[in-house]
Amino acid sequence: MLSRTASHLYWMARYIERAETTARLLQVGARNALLPDIGGGFRNDWEAILQATGSLHAFRDKYGETKQRNIETFMFFDTENPSSVASCLAMARENARVVRTALTSQVWDGLNGAYQELQEFHRTERSRMQLTDLTEWTMNACALARGGIASTQLRNDGYYFMGLGFSIERGDNTARLLDVKYYVLLPSLSYVGSGLDQTQWVTLLRSMSAHRAFNWTYRGEITAAKIAHFVILNTKFPRSLLNSVQMTVDSLDHLSRGYGQPSRAQSVARALLAELAEAQVEDIFDEGLHEFLTRFTRQNAEIAGTIQDTYLQGEPA
Amino acid sequence: MKLHVRHETRYAFDAPVKRLVQSHRLWPADNAAQRVLSWSVDVPGGVVGASFRDGAGDMTQTVSVRGPVTELTVTVEGQIETADTAGVLKGHRELVPPSAYLTATRRTALTAELRGLSRDALDGLEGAGTLDRAHALMRAVANAIAFVPGETEPATTASEALNGGQGVCQDHTHVLIAIAQAADIPARYVTGYLLSTADSVGDEAGHAWAELWVDGLGWVGFDAANRKCPDATYVRLGSGFDSHDAAPIRGVLHGQAGETLGVSVSVSQAGQAQQQSQGAGQRQQ
Amino acid sequence: MTQDLSGTFNEMMNGADIRAAYSNLERWHNEMPADLRSLKQHEAENLFRRVGITFAVYGEGGDPERLIPFDMFPRVFTAAEWRRLDRGIRQRAAALNAFLADVYDRREIIRAGRIPEHLVTRNAAFEKAVVGVRPPRNVWSHIVGIDIVRTGRDQFYVLEDNCRTPSGVSYMLQNREIMMRMFPQLFVDNRIAPVDGYAALLKKTLASVAPQKCEGEPNVVILTPGQFNSAYYEHSFLADLMGVELVEGQDLFVEGDFVWMKTTEGPQKVDVIYRRIDDAFLDPLCFRADSMLGVPGLMNVYRSGGVSICSAPGAGVADDKAIYTFVPEMVRFYLGEAPILENVPTWQCAKPDECQYVLEHLDELVVKEVHGSGGYGMLVGPKADRAQIDAFHAKITERPENYIAQPTLALSTCPTFVEEGIAPRHVDLRPYCLVGETIELVPGGLTRVALKEGSLVVNSSQGGGVKDTWVLAD
Repeated sequence: MLSRTASHLYWMARYIERAETTARLLQVGARNALLPDIGGGFRNDWEAILQATGSLHAFRDKYGETKQRNIETFMFFDTENPSSVASCLAMARENARVVRTALTSQVWDGLNGAYQELQEFHRTERSRMQLTDLTEWTMNACALARGGIASTQLRNDGYYFMGLGFSIERGDNTARLLDVKYYVLLPSLSYVGSGLDQTQWVTLLRSMSAHRAFNWTYRGEITAAKIAHFVILNTKFPRSLLNSVQMTVDSLDHLSRGYGQPSRAQSVARALLAELAEAQVEDIFDEGLHEFLTRFTRQNAEIAGTIQDTYLQGEPA
Repeated sequence: MKLHVRHETRYAFDAPVKRLVQSHRLWPADNAAQRVLSWSVDVPGGVVGASFRDGAGDMTQTVSVRGPVTELTVTVEGQIETADTAGVLKGHRELVPPSAYLTATRRTALTAELRGLSRDALDGLEGAGTLDRAHALMRAVANAIAFVPGETEPATTASEALNGGQGVCQDHTHVLIAIAQAADIPARYVTGYLLSTADSVGDEAGHAWAELWVDGLGWVGFDAANRKCPDATYVRLGSGFDSHDAAPIRGVLHGQAGETLGVSVSVSQAGQAQQQSQGAGQRQQ
Repeated sequence: MTQDLSGTFNEMMNGADIRAAYSNLERWHNEMPADLRSLKQHEAENLFRRVGITFAVYGEGGDPERLIPFDMFPRVFTAAEWRRLDRGIRQRAAALNAFLADVYDRREIIRAGRIPEHLVTRNAAFEKAVVGVRPPRNVWSHIVGIDIVRTGRDQFYVLEDNCRTPSGVSYMLQNREIMMRMFPQLFVDNRIAPVDGYAALLKKTLASVAPQKCEGEPNVVILTPGQFNSAYYEHSFLADLMGVELVEGQDLFVEGDFVWMKTTEGPQKVDVIYRRIDDAFLDPLCFRADSMLGVPGLMNVYRSGGVSICSAPGAGVADDKAIYTFVPEMVRFYLGEAPILENVPTWQCAKPDECQYVLEHLDELVVKEVHGSGGYGMLVGPKADRAQIDAFHAKITERPENYIAQPTLALSTCPTFVEEGIAPRHVDLRPYCLVGETIELVPGGLTRVALKEGSLVVNSSQGGGVKDTWVLAD
């Protein structure tokens, strides 16, 4: 397969995943905004969200004050914000358009349809659109594309490059979502374990559509340790870091088998998987959650870089 | 005359370059005025391939380098036996029709001033043969442009050079091509080497002159910078429409890197002391 | 503006009578309820948009992915009509290739005094860089698009030749697909020669001109300038139909004697490049140094026989409008045959006496730029106002060698759906002739139709539409 084709498929998947994460972040933010204002409160919550997508400065430059409506505009509609839902879906669709012939019509129709509807939104009166409708619409659109891929795409190398795009981006995004909560949302350690902390953790779980799954999995009181275990190490939770790395390893294994050649990306990913499989929540808290997440993000990015060098450049080092 | 040539081009990149491809026209072709005794082009780290003799009779070769690299050296070295044919290119095998060289490029594009120079140079020569007219054109260029290095750059056009009144062999050649074409005489750009003598100019990083098509004689070289036709002190490398088209080395870098160029050329009579000249320039890719 | 169509050849009607080839279609049209018609028209549009067959026009505002209007009423040729066109097209494609092989080699036709030298060697499309190159099988133009108009029952004229990279073949194929999908019964009732073998023939043609150095199955690719090119859809459509990679310049690189493609399994050698980019952008080391679309070193590999490029760089010298006049001469000179297809009589403004005639008759003539295309830079005398004619008068006087002129031809008409039923509209035809080891031509081509009443300009950029083109079996 042409390296550029693989690259477009990979990035198409990454942007689908990213669009969904932005929508989830918007949800978290909107829910947090409904909570009582304690120590900085409202403003800080939104700033934390913007920080998680790495766009706080861009937002401030353009809109100044962190008003909820501005943030909604910025994170959903603003095409100048590269991580807005509109930007991500446009990029996903553009990557798909270039490699149209490598996609089934279900996948293309799903993405193209979402893109066309998005253009309609741009023309619709803003006051007629609820934030929750927009975020749910986004998740449905992404689920449709994902479902099309899962049920209709040929299981060839292209399929596994899409798989890599989803899993690499997901690992990165889950780590960011978690980091927002733990590191940024809490300016001082005194809040840890307080009632507010509890509510905000629940909001985080909700943002990953994992609130009920969590309750089914863990009995009793919600503790930071349980949540960390669930989001990082649980093999059943589809968005856990362990699972995202597992998916990455699976896709890389399929590629290596298909090409009849082991890859360096495989060994890098396997090393991270082995570490996570052995890890205990206590170790993570000892290291510091933020430090752990930073390290994970770096390692995940290293896998992405190796995939880039191995497959997407077309010139194996 | 037996000449020894050593021509080294050194590239230094300010950032590692991922991939680099060059097209080389660094092999003199045999003709009545020159016969190669030994010749080599050395590019350490480069993959050489895709070589052929083009329609104008010049050897071309391709060199690619897989990066990352931060420097590259191209070394040309060889011995060649030369003879004086009074500038006439004889025994050179080529297929391109002379009339193709009536086409101007951006660098040789005609302007009213260039047309004027052409007209004035040929004033009174209406009935003369092409050879006399060609000599008149060469003299006009030599008179119009003083040899002053550093006043023009590689992208300078014939028109700009004429307006400035100063330049190097490249500028003399472009102006001569332009005003020859204005007089319906096919003309082209030739690159090569020159054995420096006490009174010759143009010893910066290789030399260039023009060839004009003279019915009955064929291509004849005219070196306006030195007011003469090439003799046994000249080595002819290749030709083209202008300095860009005829460049002995054309290259492209993959990656955003600036490039520093160092060129040294030495041409000596075999068995005698070497004369070395140096040139250096900066180019941003 | 309404045009008097009395002198125009109507392809369906012979006076009040229906020509036999159209009788089924006429019944089909009469029996079609009005609501079905608009339903089908809507369906066709949806199909085109779904498959993404759009005509991208960037930087002009409006919808960047425009549809070319599709007219459902097919255009029909009888088997006998097509036989003659077929022979004429193949003959012309062969002569154009012989001309290209000659002008980059011994230039016999110039030596013989049949074509003035300056028209060839001083032509902007003449490439000094490929003089002496002999591409595999000495084929230079592998896909020849020949634009043909009809003015009478047996009267066909070639309007222009396209030897570089004629576009539009995807419409020929899609128009047929969509008609078969929407009106299957039509294809039962009429015996229509299929066109869907085109992709296989194209691939066979391209593979047949692989370089000698290529061993085994040649690796063929299509080189596109990228997704922002107006014909990108066609590039990806053809790549998909042929099962070959669609590459951009950045996907290829030169190393050693060959061109390589960057794949997920490492570099893979490329043998044949069907390029859809212009000569000037192919290789910054040979042509325009600022080209980002090309492949550095490509021309060196090509000239040393490591890769084939289709069409061959330099092929444009054969389809220049100034050279056009001499194509019948090429047929006689290289093939020793009488030309089957006629040229439109053409005045060369470069010749003073012909220029004088043109300037005096601007209101009756069509004036074209020698290097123009797409219907731009064109004057249609009988449709132009005083100011337009004066403007062209000035332009021609300034640079006569830039213009040619032709009589305003009464282009034939074909029934076309309009608001109130069907009405005659002017059409032309572009068949696609493939030249490799053999010369191949699928029965049909792209019919373009000027949708505006009375308009003679069929170009899609100027409000033209397309039709399915039928060749009936005997």
